[in-house]
Amino acid sequence: MARRVGLEVSLACAEAAKLANVDVVAAYPITPQTHIVEHLAELVADGHLDAEFVPVESEHSAISACVGSSAAGARTFTSSSSQGLALMHEILFIASAMRLPIVMAVANRALSGPLNIWNDHSDIMAERDIGWVQTFAENGQEVLDLMLHAFKVAEDKRVCLPVIVNMDGFLLTHVIEPLLMPEQAEVDAYLPPYQPQQRLDIAQPISMGMVGMPEVYTEAKKASLEALLGSYDVVKEHWAGFAKQFGRQYKPIESYRSEDAEVLFVTMGSLGETCMTAIDELREAGVKVGSVRIRLWRPFPVDDFLAAIQGAKGLIVMDRALSPGVPAGPVATELRGLLYAKGYHLPVQNFVAGLGGRDVTRADFRMMLDKARKAFAAGGEMTCEMVGVKE
Amino acid sequence: MSIAADALKNFEKITPKNIPLVEPLSRGHRGCQGCGEVLALRMVAKAVGSSMIAVSATGCMEIITSPYPQTAWEVPWIHVAFENTAAVASGVEAGRKALIRKGRIKDDGAKIVAYAGDGGTADIGMQALSGALERGHDFTYVCLDNEAYMNTGIQRSSSTPWGAGTTTSPAGLKSKGQMTWKKNMAAIAAAHNIPYVATASPAFHLDLMNKVKKAITVPGPAYVHIFSPCPTGWRCAPEDSLETARLVVGTRIFPLYEVIDGRYVLSRDVKNPKPVEDYLKIQRRFRHLKPEDIAVIQKRVDQDWERLLALVKATNPEAKTD
Repeated sequence: MARRVGLEVSLACAEAAKLANVDVVAAYPITPQTHIVEHLAELVADGHLDAEFVPVESEHSAISACVGSSAAGARTFTSSSSQGLALMHEILFIASAMRLPIVMAVANRALSGPLNIWNDHSDIMAERDIGWVQTFAENGQEVLDLMLHAFKVAEDKRVCLPVIVNMDGFLLTHVIEPLLMPEQAEVDAYLPPYQPQQRLDIAQPISMGMVGMPEVYTEAKKASLEALLGSYDVVKEHWAGFAKQFGRQYKPIESYRSEDAEVLFVTMGSLGETCMTAIDELREAGVKVGSVRIRLWRPFPVDDFLAAIQGAKGLIVMDRALSPGVPAGPVATELRGLLYAKGYHLPVQNFVAGLGGRDVTRADFRMMLDKARKAFAAGGEMTCEMVGVKE
Repeated sequence: MSIAADALKNFEKITPKNIPLVEPLSRGHRGCQGCGEVLALRMVAKAVGSSMIAVSATGCMEIITSPYPQTAWEVPWIHVAFENTAAVASGVEAGRKALIRKGRIKDDGAKIVAYAGDGGTADIGMQALSGALERGHDFTYVCLDNEAYMNTGIQRSSSTPWGAGTTTSPAGLKSKGQMTWKKNMAAIAAAHNIPYVATASPAFHLDLMNKVKKAITVPGPAYVHIFSPCPTGWRCAPEDSLETARLVVGTRIFPLYEVIDGRYVLSRDVKNPKPVEDYLKIQRRFRHLKPEDIAVIQKRVDQDWERLLALVKATNPEAKTD
């Protein structure tokens, strides 16, 4: 039986890697990811986790060592954030192209400059096209659960892709939350040891990471794309298996009080919880408002999203990152494109909020709703506004 | 510290009679005529044999041996990027170590050999290499030094020698070509206090192969810096490729030595060195140099040789150095 514990979410994330019995952890410290790798180093030092902890000299080498370790056939974990994730950028594309099932926890943090160690999504929004499966956790339990699910998906022979589990820096990583810690036997039943299809083996030599001439490059990219799109069914299948094993249900898109909602907030990550509290208050005041939260970000669950917004007369899309020079933040840009492609004439108001650790409060949600409803009523253009800018 | 010395106590030398017949790097690759680098890499692969796991940097050796769907490699081979070869190798080593300890794969005695050019080693790959050497992974790193970025079209690196013309250090009215002195990578590797460091040249093939064999025999990190002639980039005749590899040693420009547990050992004492001009004059990358420039190089080579002898003497207090 699972134990009910109170645990810092970073430690829960590390405990998940331990429950997954990872073989190699290669990581470089960066705030706010540090507690995750510190705890893993402790677990290895105390013999609670039989793994190689590779204390590399940079994030670039962290992900590079992960590529080597995964190619050797080892279950491999790393964690990073912000500048560290940006330093990995080049290798992230290669890791997915080489179809290596590395799992990475990203403690989402603002990108410099100016230097800022606090939460937003600008780090991961700069990595949208890396070809990894990406999920966003809302709370501590979800961090733990998505971590276990990540290994299951990554190593599935139908997928063989790396996976990122996103968790808001500080807002999630540094809070102590009540959560259910599964037993090792339960995890073992869900997640058997990694059986690589191919590895660097002198008995069966293969060449990995070869040159792709123009005659084969396009086909290689298409194959990677198909793998990522194909992972959608596997992601859902392993969430169903997770529910069976652990009793907790997960879906690509999560809805809250959306059935009769005229306006829907669209959020990602921990902001969803504040949003739900705000919705409860607004509902008490008689406002027909609800929310949808994107848990599976890559591959984007198109049909789930469209099903979740049926009936809504307008969307308020929250972005925690800028896409400078474009008429909206990255999430809103994508969703507007998707809706247009699917023939929806649905107004999408976009708010960029919570940059660099700025709080987003219930009052902010009320303000955004007011503005959006006015814009919807006026039938006006779809705007993008940065929330709470002091001018 | 006698890690390397202990491991090499019963070292069986490669001799003309027992040169390995195995060719982990097979023929049919796309190297230029007279390529000294692929020749050196072939010797490395022969010395390691079929238990080699090759970790390649981006560069000439990567592109000429792995245009998908063809490969020249008969052993496991992985290429990821340019600057991270040592980091990838450290991951391969860590992954195997964990899997062997956990009983998930058997200890097959595979040897991890990472290789990169001088740009991938002395410039962009320096940090990853330093980290991997410092962490003590059991692997061998081979720098195939052809003294410039040849794969991209002969641009200067920190390993380009003084006076050499490259496309980014051209000789001109106000320049003699490369205006800085070659970075001493072997000394930098040795400064990590790793068990084994060596320099080698493909003109001395038995010496090269024995050094590689020693490097894979010692536990922990080993570094082998191999002079790798590039006729295309050096503007010399393909048939002069090995001659440059021979002359660079015979002029004392590139001395052959080992650093075993910190102890410097000369592999070849060049008692009657040829003038550096003999080496420079067969390569058109040096053709703009005037006699006074060549004198500058000669002076520097003489100084560096004396410094090396001093290191040999300092680290071998009981031995005679001449």
